[in-house]
Parts: sequence; C-alpha cells; structure tokens
Amino acid sequence: MWVKRSRRYNQKRYPEIQEVSPKQYQYLQMRARHGRIVQSMRFLLLAGFLGLWEVAADLGWIDSFIFSSPGRILQTFWKMVRDGSIFLHVRVTLVETIISFLLVVLFGILCAVLLWCNDQLSEILEPYLVVLNSLPKSALAPLLIVWLGANSRTIIVAGMSVAIFGTILNLYTGFREVSVEKIRLIYTLGGKRRHVLTKVILPSTVPATISIMKVNIGLCLVGVVIGEFIGARCGLGYLIIYSSQVFKLNILLMSMVLLCIIAMGLYALISAVERWYLKKI
Amino acid sequence: MQPLLECKNVSFAYHGIDGETQALSELSFSLKDGEFAAVVGPSGCGKSTLLSLLCRLEEPEYGEIYLHGKPLCEHTEFHIGYMPQRDQLFEWRSILKNVMLGPEIRRCADGEHLEFVEHLMREYGLWEFRNKRPGELSGGMRQRAALIRTLALQPELLLLDEPFSALDYQTRLNVSEDIYRIIKREHKTALLVTHDISEAVCMADKVLVLSARPARLVMEVPIRIEMKERTPMKTRNTPEFKDYFNRIWKELNPDVGKKEQEI
Repeated sequence: MWVKRSRRYNQKRYPEIQEVSPKQYQYLQMRARHGRIVQSMRFLLLAGFLGLWEVAADLGWIDSFIFSSPGRILQTFWKMVRDGSIFLHVRVTLVETIISFLLVVLFGILCAVLLWCNDQLSEILEPYLVVLNSLPKSALAPLLIVWLGANSRTIIVAGMSVAIFGTILNLYTGFREVSVEKIRLIYTLGGKRRHVLTKVILPSTVPATISIMKVNIGLCLVGVVIGEFIGARCGLGYLIIYSSQVFKLNILLMSMVLLCIIAMGLYALISAVERWYLKKI
Repeated sequence: MQPLLECKNVSFAYHGIDGETQALSELSFSLKDGEFAAVVGPSGCGKSTLLSLLCRLEEPEYGEIYLHGKPLCEHTEFHIGYMPQRDQLFEWRSILKNVMLGPEIRRCADGEHLEFVEHLMREYGLWEFRNKRPGELSGGMRQRAALIRTLALQPELLLLDEPFSALDYQTRLNVSEDIYRIIKREHKTALLVTHDISEAVCMADKVLVLSARPARLVMEVPIRIEMKERTPMKTRNTPEFKDYFNRIWKELNPDVGKKEQEI
C-alpha cells in the first residue's frame, strides 16, 4: 500500500518524490514529531522561566529591586529607546567588536602565514604564543588603559587581545595539517612555496578558518566588554558597570540581554557566511 | 640510441636523530623513449624515494640521473610529470580548474594549453564534467582527471606512484586499462611504481625488480608478449603472463620457493 502524501509537504521537502512507502511515512512522521517536541520544549522553557520570574517579582517572592523582572527590563529598554541613549551604547559596542574582529582576522592570518613560511621562527615563538594565549586577558585590560589611554582604540585592542593568540595558533595548526601529498603535487607541477600557500594551504583551510572565526567573534565581544568595564564612557560594558554602581539592576539586566542578542546575531552572521561558502564549493 | 632516462649508481639516505636510513643503494637502470617500465619491490623498499628523486623533490646523495643525456637540473623538470598515489584533486576547484593547475602555476594557461587539455578531456570522456567538483565523479573518472592534470604540461616522462592502490579491484582493472590506453596513445614514456606484480607484468614493457631496503636493482625482466594492440586485460589472459608473474614472485620471495622445495 502506498500512501499519498499531501502535495504541499512533498514539494517542500522532497520535490522529486511524490509517494512514499508506509514504513518511510512512519519514519518521517516520527522525525517530524521529534522536531516539534524539541522546538516547543525550547520555547516553553524560555516562556516558563520568564513567566515565573515575572510572577515571582510581581507577587513579591523575590525582591524586584535586586532581581528585576522581564516586564521592568522591557520598560527600561523602551524608555532608553525613546530617549535614544540605548542606540549609542549598542552602536559603540557593536562597532568596536566588529573592528576588533576584522583586525583579528587580518593579523591572525598574516601571522599564521608568517609562521608557516618560517619553521624555525614558529618553533622559536611557539612557547610564547602558548603562554600569551593562556594568560587571562582581563588582566591585560588595566595595563592597556594605562598605556593607550581610555579611548575606543584601547577597547578595540582589548577585544583583539582575547582572540588573537588563539587564532594564530589554531590557524597555524590548520595550515600544518594540510596533506603533504597535495603540497608535493604542487612542487611536482613546478610550483614554488608561494604556490603551495596560495593554491593549497589557504583555499583548503577556508572552512577551518571560518569555524575559528565563529568562536572569535564571541571572544572579541568578551574583550570589548572587559575593556568597556574599566575604560569607557559609553557602550554596553560601561552601562553594566555604571548601573551596578548606582544599583539600577533593570539597566544591568537589559544590557546583558542585549549582549546575548548581539552575540547570537554576530554568530548567525558568520554562520551565514559559512553556509554561503559551503554552498559555493 | 640514447636512453631518455638514465640512473647511474644512485644512492640516497634519509637522516633522522635516531640515525640514517639507507633507501637506495647504487641503483642503475635506463629507460628508452616510449618505453613503459614498472618498478616492483617489497613494501617500504624505497620505490617512492626513487620517484621523489626523479621529480627533484630530493637530490640524490651519490650518483647521477640523466634525462636525454643531460644531468637532471632545474631546467629539465619541465619534462617529467608525476601522478600521485591518490588522485589529490582539489575539492574546492572544478575538474577543469584542477586539470589546469599545472599550466596555471607555470603561468602558461594560454589558448594552446587549454586547447590541448580540452582535446584530452574530450577524448577521455571528461569534458562534459569539466564544471563538476571532484566529489561528484567516480573513482575511475577522478583518476583519469589526475592523469590529464599530469599530461597538461606535456611531460616526456610520466611517473606513476601506485596510482591504483586506493581503488577497489573492479575499478582498478578498468582504470589501469584506461590509463594504459591514454599513455600509449599519447606516446609517453612511463615509470610505474607498484607493489602489485600482476599490474606490473600486464602493463609494462619491462619490470625492474628491487631488493628490500636499501633498494638495489635485482633483476630487469623484459616483458615480451606478441599481440596485436596489447592491453592489460588481454595480457592477463596470455600464458606468458603467468610465467613472468611466477618468475618475479620467486625473485621477491626467495624463501617461499626454498621451503616448497624442502617439503
């Protein structure tokens, strides 16, 4: 017995298949059910948490002055949207994060290529890179403020400092893992070292580079917020520090929610680049 | 007649912290123009090292390699093409771009080379697939593409480094048939490195048998099979094939023969 599936469903998922066997139909139903459960549980979890939080704050189970509530956060957000101040803070943080991310990409690739070009240099520098990478970068921020002053340049450098060493190490490792046979092939075709770099190493590590960048954009955001904590007059990091000092927990929690949204958005952006690239090849 | 390729007393060793490993020892042989030679030997005996020396990835420590009577140097490398063990096609390039890699590197991806490559791809059934990615092709087609990539620079000598070892048996027979046909039709001189004696006998005009490491030339077996339009498959079915196979087998496994006699 063959089951006629709804036309819309089939055309959406399986444009080439019009009919499926009963067992296959059962399997597809099971998969669809699984997907629905996951989606709805995710939503319920968030809605339940927010609802409970709101109710608890309204009924006085928790102190709304310290714990705030979703409604109060939204109100604060709306107020700051109306007076326009929130746009400034979000824009500053976003721009600083994106600039430091782009610089990390640029310097990361340049340094990794340099290390790849010179085996001896990479062997000499390796322990230093490892130490710098494992250093807690928040410790660097006060130093950067003293050296570079309290301005957005410092904050961009702070953002870079979190991601740059890991990027160099990971990219370099990626470069080293490219198959020796492919490199040999270039030499046998009469290529030089620069051909190995441009024809094999760089193109073959594009997927790895993109996934490193997916992590980096989040790290840059962390670095920028750390920088803003101690040396800024605007930005979400500044807003968090300021609001905690004057006990405006509504603003603090709103800033955190905005940071979550920014982090998600930036990650989604890089993921979109990745999907576009994978589709292209 | 002057041989196309001549190796004279070539020795080579790999150096490591734990000591040196002699890979080739006083290896001498020569190849005539248009000849198809196969190199067989126990695994790890230095067959691939020999190819590395021939395509100048390594320099021999002692001895000389001559191409057309001239020592192998930077200017001669133009005439030697190398086909690696796996096809090593680049997944991020289309088949045509993969095949044109050599001309692209030599900065001669001009009309003439493109025309030659197009001719080869049409001839060997790859032209319709020129815009596909390697992943979309079958194992046999990939191997053909790899060979055309090597031929694109019009080498005089082809080095084949176990080109069929990664293929399943069925594909292997078909691909060796294809590759043999292409090499013969394009009048190329070829040196095939393999661990498969039957492959060596059915494709080559002569088989060079190497000893275990360090590799020396133990025996040179000319394969003479009278046949019109010889192909590897047809060769496999001749009575001479078995004789050659057994002769080389015994040379490579002298202990096995002795034990049988004792029994």
